[in-house]
Amino acid sequence: MRSNPRPPTPSPQPRPLRIANGQGFWGDWLEAPVRLVDGGEIDYLTLDYLAEVTMSILQKQRQMDPELGYARDFPPLIGRIAGRIRERGIKVVANAGGVNPVACARAVLKAAPGLKVAVVSGDDILQRIPELLDKGYELRNIDTGEPLASIRDRILSANAYIGAFPLAEALATGADVVISGRCADAALVLAPMIDRFGWGPEDYDKLAAGIVAGHIIECGAQCSGGNCQVDWQNIPDLANIGYPIVEAEPDGSFVVTKHPGTGGRIDTHGVKEQLLYEIGDPRAYLTPDCVADFTSLHLEDAGPDRVHGCGVRGGPRPAMLKASISYHAGWKASGTLVYSWPQALEKARAADRITRQRLDQLGLRFDEIYTEYFGVNACHGPAARPRPDDADPPEVQVRISVRGPDKRAADRFTREMIPLVLTGPPGGTGYGEGRPEVRQIVAYWPALIPREEIETRVEVVE
Amino acid sequence: MKVPLSRVAHTRSGDKGDIANIGVIAWQPQYYPILLREVTPERVKAFFGEMVRGEVDRFELPNLAALNLLLHHALGGGGTVSLRTDAQGKTLGAALLGMEIEVYEREFTD
Repeated sequence: MRSNPRPPTPSPQPRPLRIANGQGFWGDWLEAPVRLVDGGEIDYLTLDYLAEVTMSILQKQRQMDPELGYARDFPPLIGRIAGRIRERGIKVVANAGGVNPVACARAVLKAAPGLKVAVVSGDDILQRIPELLDKGYELRNIDTGEPLASIRDRILSANAYIGAFPLAEALATGADVVISGRCADAALVLAPMIDRFGWGPEDYDKLAAGIVAGHIIECGAQCSGGNCQVDWQNIPDLANIGYPIVEAEPDGSFVVTKHPGTGGRIDTHGVKEQLLYEIGDPRAYLTPDCVADFTSLHLEDAGPDRVHGCGVRGGPRPAMLKASISYHAGWKASGTLVYSWPQALEKARAADRITRQRLDQLGLRFDEIYTEYFGVNACHGPAARPRPDDADPPEVQVRISVRGPDKRAADRFTREMIPLVLTGPPGGTGYGEGRPEVRQIVAYWPALIPREEIETRVEVVE
Repeated sequence: MKVPLSRVAHTRSGDKGDIANIGVIAWQPQYYPILLREVTPERVKAFFGEMVRGEVDRFELPNLAALNLLLHHALGGGGTVSLRTDAQGKTLGAALLGMEIEVYEREFTD
């Protein structure tokens, strides 16, 4: 008698699957992943390195050296924690590969010989842009509707966001470390659940639950007490803030928590702040793996530094993948000066007027000249309190910024700030850092690409 | 009576391109109807004045007693194009805490 074909039974869990996030962006706290590995039990360590602008920087690095183009903090980190992750069987999932995941894997193996490293690629479509345009895909900017052809000769990087299934496939090779390029941030957290619980592409609610859990921890400590308005003065020991851990269950429910003895705080209010962070329509949070409905989530406090989530509903994955394309969009520079009491704001405004007049007399043209007054309205603009003219503050810093297509014009602007100290209103100072730098503007072009155009590959690098 | 929004809610804000998003979360579930009534797209747009060049969208999350606001063309071009210090809109949520809203005393009883 033949037995019915059945999906493999997941191995019994003595406790929930523990997935941590130790890096919310490239440049996040270096100690966090080490503390997550050392400070208690975790099964998976996820690390999110890639912001939109990062990809273009990495492409430039790769053009200069074919062995670069990935998050260079990552291999030394793995070197630091290799002994511990091997001893405890902790798996690492990171998008540290940038635009050169194979080179990243080689660097990891150099820093930590003997680990098994799997690489997920296929997201990098920079070389395929001509082919895709020839095929008739316009890759229109989601925000402006413009076709990509209008900036074709200025493209610096192009990547499709891949989902959690290729990452799970890489975990299934038994790799200790999985490295990808551009992927949806929350996919890093969903992938271990797919790997361990055997969820399929049609388990919409479960996938959506994993995405919600992933969204909560993808910005690291921003859900465990960092950047939190709720009674912030009394959040304990931010100096030793604990990075978040999701305890995931096979049914899609989860608990967000952190290691005992760490600083910070996890409660429903803080988790809600992070849930709403940088999202659009909460009923339809689009990811490569599913559409998650944030309005279906139920959250409750479940003990100290524990928040329980359940009830998440999801829908089928979208037909299109999001692509993130970066392109050269001109040059910019910003310069600052400080003016002191009395009439600090009046003096700073005079400095701005004089600068603009001088730029005009030089015949320099910019797309925009923008002026802010720190201590007055730089952050909140017209919504700033108290109203700028209500007070005579002890000092005001003026920051004048320009941007435009002409690098020489931006460079000329950088020579106009310091002379104001001797040629403008009285009491100007704060020019100690010297002439401002001209920086390239790398702008971001979000577009959609049909899923079938993106073929991901998993390879084990020895 | 008039109170600042901070009396009934906390916020967090961020960016998606040139769109700023502000999550507005009621301190208590029973304050959620106050948010629905007082934190309208029109008022939010007026509060930020010329800073928000596009429309304001509002999404409701009754399960979390929270709103998500999208402020279009609010970040001076957004990302690396923007010349603003707060190009990512990180502080706009805090700004909104100062918006005056109208509440009735009975709404503060639990």
